[in-house]
Amino acid sequence: MEIPRERIRNFCIIAHIDHGKSTLADRILEQTQAVPLREMENQILDDMDLERERGITIKAHAVTLVYHAKDGRDYAFNLIDTPGHVDFNYEVSRSLAACEGAVLVVDASQGIEAQTLANTYLAVDAGLEILPVINKIDLPSARPEEVRKEIEDVIGIPADDAPCISAKFGTNIGAVMEQIVRRVPPPGGDEDAPLRALIFDSYYDPYRGVIVHIRVRDGRVKPGDVIRMMSVGSEFTVVECGTMGATKFVPCDCLRAGEVGVIAASIKEVREARVGDTVTLADRPAKEPLPGYRPVQPMVFCGIYPADGAKYPDLRDALEKLQLNDAALSFEPETSAALGFGFRCGFLGLLHMEVVQERLEREYDLDLITTAPSVVYHILLTGGGMISVDNPANYPDPSQIAEAQEPIAGAHIYAPKEYVGNIMELCQERRGTFLDMDYVDADRVDIHYELPLNEIVYDFFDALKSRTRGYASFDYELTGYRRSRLVKLDILLNGEPVDALSFIIHEDKAYARARKMAEKLKEKIPRQLFEVPIQACVGGRIIARETVKALRKDVLAKCYGGDISRKKKLLEKQKEGKKRMRRLGTVEVPPEAFLSVLKLDE
Amino acid sequence: MNRRRAAAFFGPPPTAREKGGVVCRSGPETAPGITPPRPYDTPGVRAGSACGLYVHVPFCAGKCPYCDFYSVRATGERMDGYTDRIVQEIESEAGRLGRKADTLYFGGGTPSLLGARRLIRILEAAKRGFGLENAEITVEANPGDELSGLFRELRAAGVNRLSLGVQSADDAELRLLGRRHTARQAARCVSDARDAGFENISLDLMLAVQGQTERSLERSVAFCADAGASHVSAYLLTIEPGTAYGKNREALRLPDEDAAASLYLSACAELEKRGYRQYEISNFAKPGKESRHNLKYWRCEEYLGFGPAAHSFLGGKRFFRKRSIGAFLRGEAPVPEGDGGGFEEYAMLALRLSEGLRDARCLARFGRPVPARVKAAAKRYEPAGLTVCGPDGFRFTPRGFLVSDALTAELLFAK
Repeated sequence: MEIPRERIRNFCIIAHIDHGKSTLADRILEQTQAVPLREMENQILDDMDLERERGITIKAHAVTLVYHAKDGRDYAFNLIDTPGHVDFNYEVSRSLAACEGAVLVVDASQGIEAQTLANTYLAVDAGLEILPVINKIDLPSARPEEVRKEIEDVIGIPADDAPCISAKFGTNIGAVMEQIVRRVPPPGGDEDAPLRALIFDSYYDPYRGVIVHIRVRDGRVKPGDVIRMMSVGSEFTVVECGTMGATKFVPCDCLRAGEVGVIAASIKEVREARVGDTVTLADRPAKEPLPGYRPVQPMVFCGIYPADGAKYPDLRDALEKLQLNDAALSFEPETSAALGFGFRCGFLGLLHMEVVQERLEREYDLDLITTAPSVVYHILLTGGGMISVDNPANYPDPSQIAEAQEPIAGAHIYAPKEYVGNIMELCQERRGTFLDMDYVDADRVDIHYELPLNEIVYDFFDALKSRTRGYASFDYELTGYRRSRLVKLDILLNGEPVDALSFIIHEDKAYARARKMAEKLKEKIPRQLFEVPIQACVGGRIIARETVKALRKDVLAKCYGGDISRKKKLLEKQKEGKKRMRRLGTVEVPPEAFLSVLKLDE
Repeated sequence: MNRRRAAAFFGPPPTAREKGGVVCRSGPETAPGITPPRPYDTPGVRAGSACGLYVHVPFCAGKCPYCDFYSVRATGERMDGYTDRIVQEIESEAGRLGRKADTLYFGGGTPSLLGARRLIRILEAAKRGFGLENAEITVEANPGDELSGLFRELRAAGVNRLSLGVQSADDAELRLLGRRHTARQAARCVSDARDAGFENISLDLMLAVQGQTERSLERSVAFCADAGASHVSAYLLTIEPGTAYGKNREALRLPDEDAAASLYLSACAELEKRGYRQYEISNFAKPGKESRHNLKYWRCEEYLGFGPAAHSFLGGKRFFRKRSIGAFLRGEAPVPEGDGGGFEEYAMLALRLSEGLRDARCLARFGRPVPARVKAAAKRYEPAGLTVCGPDGFRFTPRGFLVSDALTAELLFAK
């Protein structure tokens, strides 16, 4: 079915987490009857288990739907779902760049939250027509008129005709559909110009290689064309073109300017088809790529080790497979005296890190030990020059450090005003600098802080949630580097430093953290055949100490009547247990001990 | 019972000798280039050598709150049925296996409850079937009942060792343990045994029980020495799930881990002082009076168990009978427990003994000495006083015994 360009609508849905983005997407799919009811599963666009469980979208997805509008004509709706987390801001911006309009979903009881604003600003920057929608009007606590006013006052866009809907119950979805038809402009572009298509997502399919989601800006692309990725420079021959229906791939002869679709070109890794890159034709290349591409920069690093050292090859395979599909994930082999062979992995942010860890554990059935997350520090050396350090193991000797710098983030925290005190207390504890505070409405504030990134990656979300009973929302972006008094904190077990437990920390925080870690380790390290001193030290000076007392009594005293089965079972269990244990010198440390010191509850 | 049926009863196949073949076991422990050990039925046990016999007598007058050995109430009818069944099984197994035995141990439960007539019937059947030449024949008994007549009859029938459940010489401790006798009765019981002609008497003591102090423990040890015991089993109280103690653990005022450890160490020292040499974690004997039967367990030698809840190790296989008098009387087959006698199992048991793990015994059993890795690991714990190492092997000290579960695993499995 050919639908002319003036009846194509390319749009996305943007929202804060849990405001109903994916539910609305489901309803839109239903309205277009793109999905037979029996195939309808809640939140079809979030197709990873993890996405469904966490209620967030990690990857962008796009579907092409046909909507029969009230004017009696068929429209092609290209719905592009966007990742819903600050870690994936860049991906969000590329998804937005593929659209002409954005449906902004705001929860009728919660109102505007941190990501509502962050995403709206991105959409405004991308020049999109914004269609506000007030969702969850079925909730008893819904206050649609106040929220409508919030949208106008805080975001500064008209919201007088914003439909009030309940995506959950399918209320008033038709109004949203009609607004998309009327208000989202049809795509422009020059079909006869050299091909320029924006990659806004790519994923790996084991049968067809990388499937590249593109928005064609100019020109056209068809099977047989030799395409070139303009920033990466690699070339491939297009095998298939088409669109993604709600449940299946629909092949087509050609994708033209204005259209959204997918191409398959026997590409082996997603790194070859990077989000934000421009696809052109090898024999008739465009002069300029589309603006906005930037290679992904990991911001958070940690070591990932298999709990069972023998699983190292499995971990490598799993990381390679994940990387096929996740260009933002970086890793390189790393060896720890404590943890053996593993990988130093780089992530976009903390959520990205958690998602990767969970996928490794769940989809690849791996038991992991991860080291404390670290950010990238800049160290100016006394001998001149600067090095970037993301691994405590590479932290130079203090005598070689002229100046240490740490990354700083600008953070916005939205919360009901009664939590301002708690939030400011938390931010002060986290070495934050207060910038300003605005009232979003009569009850809620936007608190703007400057926070060191290493304070954010370390447990900040959890602490914020617990201090605001889950009501606060949070968003941050990196603003630069600043001189800081950093030290490397080492943990010694039985006098031996444990590399996997070292981390870089601000001098003022070292003492409290050292004490907490020593206490936690004491709790988690089982009593051994000898006394185990736990010491935390900075630059050779011990600042905290605990002791795991030696085991006094551990014996099955009775072994009569020839029944040795209990003793034998115990021995088998111990044998298995020993495999799990990490051996640091003579001390056996269970994997839980490593994990426990990474999350020290406040 | 014909042979096939009996085989179904006792699980393991007939011995190699019986089949006229030779079983040569050389497991993964055999190092290449070393001559495999001599053909054995059980690795390391000479084919056809005498085995041990264990008879579990599951009858008690009442259940002690700490005890998790299998026992049921004694009635005359039940005990007769039980005795018939035991005799029948001894006969059929003896016929099937054609083995000799040199120890017989009546454990319980309270074997003395069975009475002289039934015990002697079983003993006679065992003699007919398994020879029992120069055998050590032990019967467990509990003080408190009038046992002098029983002792005399047993002695006359060839029983030469008694194991008496004295537990403590302190009446308050005995009450807290739920025992049905006093220290005075215990003393009387031992003297009855001596009067009946028993020279080899073992007394049980319990360590780290409620109310126990170093002083009361010293008195209990002195009691054993004064009573003329040739052997003492002194074991740390273990709270077993399912026992009365296990069910209301919180209500117990037991010595803490450190106090229990101290009590154990002072028991070891006190017993040594009185001439009882420690030869196993919980066992002490005058020279030459070690329990030959129990040593078979710890040296990983063969034994055949009869009765409910009895365990066996024969022909390289371990198997046991269910903890059910009903199942036993119905003749339910034993439950297989797989192969036994491998190096780890052997080492685990050997390290319970004061003789420890030795090259000579390992060479004889497995064709190679104690692994150097294990010796090196043991050496690391010598300065701390947990092991004593020599060129030919090593052993645990009493302090090593106290943590022997962790220590054994550490030595065998440390990476």
